[in-house]
Amino acid sequence: MRKVYMDNAAAMPLHPEVTEAMLPYLGDVFGNPSSLHDWGDGAREAVEAAHGQVARLIGGNADEVIFTGSGTESNNLAVKGLALAQQKKGKHVVVSAIEHFSVLHSARTLAKWGFEVSEVPVDRHGVVDPDDVRSVLRDDTVLVSIMHANGEVGSIQPIAEISKVLRERGVLFHTDAVATTGTIPVEVGELGVDALSLAPNQFYGPKGVGALWLRKGVRLIPLIDGGIQEGGRRAGTENVPAIAGLGKASELAGIHMTERMNHLTRLRNRMLTELPQKVDHVIITGHPENRLPGHASFCVRFVEGEAMLMLLNSRGIAVSSGSACTSRALKASHVLIAMGLSHEIAQGSILFTLATDNTGQDVDYVLEAMPPAVDRLRQMSPLYDKYLKTGKGDR
Amino acid sequence: MPIYSERVMDHFTNPRNVGEIENPDGVGEEGNPVCGDMMTFYIKVKDNRLEDVKFKTFGCGAAIAVSSMVSEMAKGKTLEEAMKITPQTVADELEGLPKNKLHCSNLGAQALQKAIQDYRSKPKKGDNNGD
Repeated sequence: MRKVYMDNAAAMPLHPEVTEAMLPYLGDVFGNPSSLHDWGDGAREAVEAAHGQVARLIGGNADEVIFTGSGTESNNLAVKGLALAQQKKGKHVVVSAIEHFSVLHSARTLAKWGFEVSEVPVDRHGVVDPDDVRSVLRDDTVLVSIMHANGEVGSIQPIAEISKVLRERGVLFHTDAVATTGTIPVEVGELGVDALSLAPNQFYGPKGVGALWLRKGVRLIPLIDGGIQEGGRRAGTENVPAIAGLGKASELAGIHMTERMNHLTRLRNRMLTELPQKVDHVIITGHPENRLPGHASFCVRFVEGEAMLMLLNSRGIAVSSGSACTSRALKASHVLIAMGLSHEIAQGSILFTLATDNTGQDVDYVLEAMPPAVDRLRQMSPLYDKYLKTGKGDR
Repeated sequence: MPIYSERVMDHFTNPRNVGEIENPDGVGEEGNPVCGDMMTFYIKVKDNRLEDVKFKTFGCGAAIAVSSMVSEMAKGKTLEEAMKITPQTVADELEGLPKNKLHCSNLGAQALQKAIQDYRSKPKKGDNNGD
């Protein structure tokens, strides 16, 4: 059976050169970067080199890069660490309604610690309006955190415009750029942010490592106390193989970005155009054009996402869904709900995230597999029945 | 280990008794507003037995497998026997359900019971109603 993997937002394969770059540190070069002997030197050089490689990818300085254990940790460190460092100045924090849980729940924790949190809404395409950010700012606002692009619906946010608003007001700005860094151009100067989270498992690098870029001079309270790794901002012996992989993945992303983007955008546009032609009652979620290159997301009416996912899996196709049934908490995606979709429509969420390995034939295969899967589920769907009998689909 | 048992996968990929019954003797609907699963059961009753059971379900793999299993368990049973089908006996027959789906997707037994109650609440023309 043909195998088509289109769940790259969840996990993606390592680039072979990344694997190769990691191998020495899983073998002979096992030293601790903090050690002063030759064994330590080899490991330290790898970590230092990776600082430079990440910095070059995003246009920052090597000493502004802090390695962490994941994109989630980077977001926690930024949101909590920056807010805590400024609490004497004020205790108001702003996030968008569609942030990743690592930002939203960090903000919730801040609220328990006595901060006030405002959530700015998004429009039906999942995009934040900079004026909405401006309107919630207060004299005691110390931090705004808004993601660069949303991993569930792919929409890219107007970060540079928002940063102009914030600079006028002298408010710190963090962006969760996990979905974008290494995928589309990310330049910290152009974005105008003070802190930026990234993770290489979104660009052919390893899991278990992330980074926070933090503008020089910006104060941060560390979340993990211990040694003085990463300039004292993130204690713990470095995950050297993963950091070496992050460095290599960053270098490769810089070299291959344009060709990767062109390839992925072409395939994604086919998905966005052709799926709604092959299956009726399909809604594109997220912005139709201003979205991540390999990202095609939909809500298919009258069927449930997990059931679609499983039928596609039986045809060798891997996708994901933001339906309630797919989530462990059994809650519909907060992103889809924030965009104004009903719970019933959100149940039909299906998400295809492509990578460079995907081909036009993969897209053909998926576009062929979708109509029979949807038909099968609709034939047993009481909601589809109701629609056919009454012409009404909405609750 | 896959999250669903082989039994669940079998009933999800080859669901039994999908559909509607024309002029059913009873209809039962059950839904969970939190997770969004919805099930409708249709029954045909003859001599106090479930002569036919069909269903339509909107929901995840577990919800579809549960509906299919309930319909299979119920068919041919007397109404009293069918009323004894519970979420637990259904989950057991399916060789277990993921913990978080035990309550949410497992509404088939309730939907069936509602269909039987619907039948019982209707005025009867006689024991043999001419079918």
